[in-house]
Amino acid sequence: MNFDRIREKLNILADAAKYDVSCASSGSNRTNQNKGLGNASKMGICHSYTSDGRCVSLLKILLTNHCIFDCAYCVTRKSNDVPRAAFKVQEVVDLTINFYRRNYIEGLFLSSGIFKSPDHTMERLVSVAKKLREEENFNGYIHLKSIPGASDELMYEAGLYADRLSVNIEVPTISGLKLLAPDKKHEDFTKPMEKVKNEIVRYQSERKVIKNIPKYAPAGQSTQIIVGASGESDKDIMYSATYYYKTYNMKRVYYSGYVPVTHDSRLPAIGSQVPMLRENRLYQTDWLLRFYGFSVGEILNNQYPNLDMDVDPKLSWALRNLHHFPVNVNTADKLLLARIPGVGMRSVDKIINARKFRKLNWDHLKKIGVALNRAQYFMVCESRNWERRDLDAEKIKGMILQNSSGKFRNQYSTQLSLFN
Amino acid sequence: MNTSTTLIYDGSFNGFLTAVFVAFDEKINVADIQKNNESQSGLFSETETVFTHVEKAKRVWNGIRNKSNNAISNVYFAFLSEAEGVEMMLYTYIQKLMRTQNRKYLDYSDSTVLHIAQLAKKVSREKHRMEAFVRFQLTKDDIYFANIEPDFDVLPLISKHFRDRYADQKWLIYDVKRKYGIYYDLEHVEMVSLNLKDIHHNKTMKSNAYNSEEYKYQTLWNDYFKSTNIALRINPKLHTQHVPKRYWKYLSEKKEAV
Repeated sequence: MNFDRIREKLNILADAAKYDVSCASSGSNRTNQNKGLGNASKMGICHSYTSDGRCVSLLKILLTNHCIFDCAYCVTRKSNDVPRAAFKVQEVVDLTINFYRRNYIEGLFLSSGIFKSPDHTMERLVSVAKKLREEENFNGYIHLKSIPGASDELMYEAGLYADRLSVNIEVPTISGLKLLAPDKKHEDFTKPMEKVKNEIVRYQSERKVIKNIPKYAPAGQSTQIIVGASGESDKDIMYSATYYYKTYNMKRVYYSGYVPVTHDSRLPAIGSQVPMLRENRLYQTDWLLRFYGFSVGEILNNQYPNLDMDVDPKLSWALRNLHHFPVNVNTADKLLLARIPGVGMRSVDKIINARKFRKLNWDHLKKIGVALNRAQYFMVCESRNWERRDLDAEKIKGMILQNSSGKFRNQYSTQLSLFN
Repeated sequence: MNTSTTLIYDGSFNGFLTAVFVAFDEKINVADIQKNNESQSGLFSETETVFTHVEKAKRVWNGIRNKSNNAISNVYFAFLSEAEGVEMMLYTYIQKLMRTQNRKYLDYSDSTVLHIAQLAKKVSREKHRMEAFVRFQLTKDDIYFANIEPDFDVLPLISKHFRDRYADQKWLIYDVKRKYGIYYDLEHVEMVSLNLKDIHHNKTMKSNAYNSEEYKYQTLWNDYFKSTNIALRINPKLHTQHVPKRYWKYLSEKKEAV
């Protein structure tokens, strides 16, 4: 193995792959077979974190950054002047195995620029996965990118070797897609998703009859939406995310604050700030939808098309719906408890178990881990002290902001700083 | 009044469970349960040394497990935290479990129960971290070797994970702080103690104990780690929150930072 050449390629192709935020290694139940290598961890493991705080769980690389497409937001697009490289199939296999054996990674995340044709590219991706599984008896995690426009046969084969498949929708609106990625059609994205979804459903129903049929993409599908590139509202983003969760049974939708990589009049200029706070709020909303029983229309609608930046989406919902509060933590049902700002799902579970033994007071709640600085205005418990004043939403918000500090506070504060 | 007794055990988990058995069996008014190498006798209590008895330990283990699987794993995890005074806390916890019929281990409004659950959570977090932060280096005799220095004694907890995952390679994980390791010889995992001349954390100097390709792969990994970072999104606080500095010296990708 020629290390210097590999090193050079790795630098180019890892750099090009980093804008894909998904690095999950969870959700697969693949187990070690015949004393081979690897065993997927159901909960996933992050082996390291980059200095931007993102998890490094998989070896995330492109097979090549040669591309026939010219999508404005993409760093490897045809018209961009960057060094190009391509891995051989065996090189990717060797790197993966050697990194995995040293416990650096959970597996491989392989994506690619599109060379020649979508099918040609997809075939190469599949051959890497196939080689890992069949020749190396590798049972770690493999995430393959579904190349937009790839044929159904290849998508079927990909699912047999990969744990997760994903197509990045990138631009949430069809008009935005036309503007930024004129070579791609909306159907190119959805067709592979549809195929994989149908296969997963088919395999699941067959598993009920035959116990030991092979696995098909056990960790499901995911997709990614770029935030802040085409002037879309939070409502556009979350409604299309909800659509993908529902229609294609997505395991995850990722939101990626757009990092300016090129000079293009259609996009934010190079050097403009990455919308990290907005990204954070979108993830919070995503969690509310998936785990807290909220529906998307409650949080974002025509009246409120964008999320509040200064408070989290649950608090902002609560402030608009004060008539639901205060909630009695000792009697309310699970769904209602989950709607109290400052109470997370772990606290909800603890509260529900603990209140069978005795009525809970502020002290119990604090020890359990409820964020009382927010929660206190929205709940009553076994105590004579609760918020009796008839406060309006503005007032509550003001008091919460005053008595707390947030990591993003300096980004939206109108207070001028004294120093610097 | 019953005089109280301090029970001394050998420091092993089985030893602790035996002590619990003895305390229940002889209806001892327990003042404290202490390890034999760090025992302190109290002014108003007697001391009694408990000899580890696997059968007795097993009865306590089964007794707690019959209450709930969750409770027994809480007890084991919390014990491995090696926290000061954890034995007495666990003894109270076990007493409470045994005294009540209902699912006492879920009573998070009881401070002992909550504390044990939180302690167990801490240990399980450390276990998970060690599954992530072990960095094997390939030695000349084909053993994948790693040094660790975990906050809690998690080696017994991670052994299954590594055995399942690396079934076709010999590996050794050595706890530098507690001076023992686990070694997998392609068949079984066993406990070993080594006479390590030097601790193999990230020195820039290369050791000749390792395979010739080892440092090349470390270079590739370090390169990968650097190129996957997005400089525009830099967030050092979040970074150290996820990878606390005390682990850096064993992570090859942080070699330059140490």
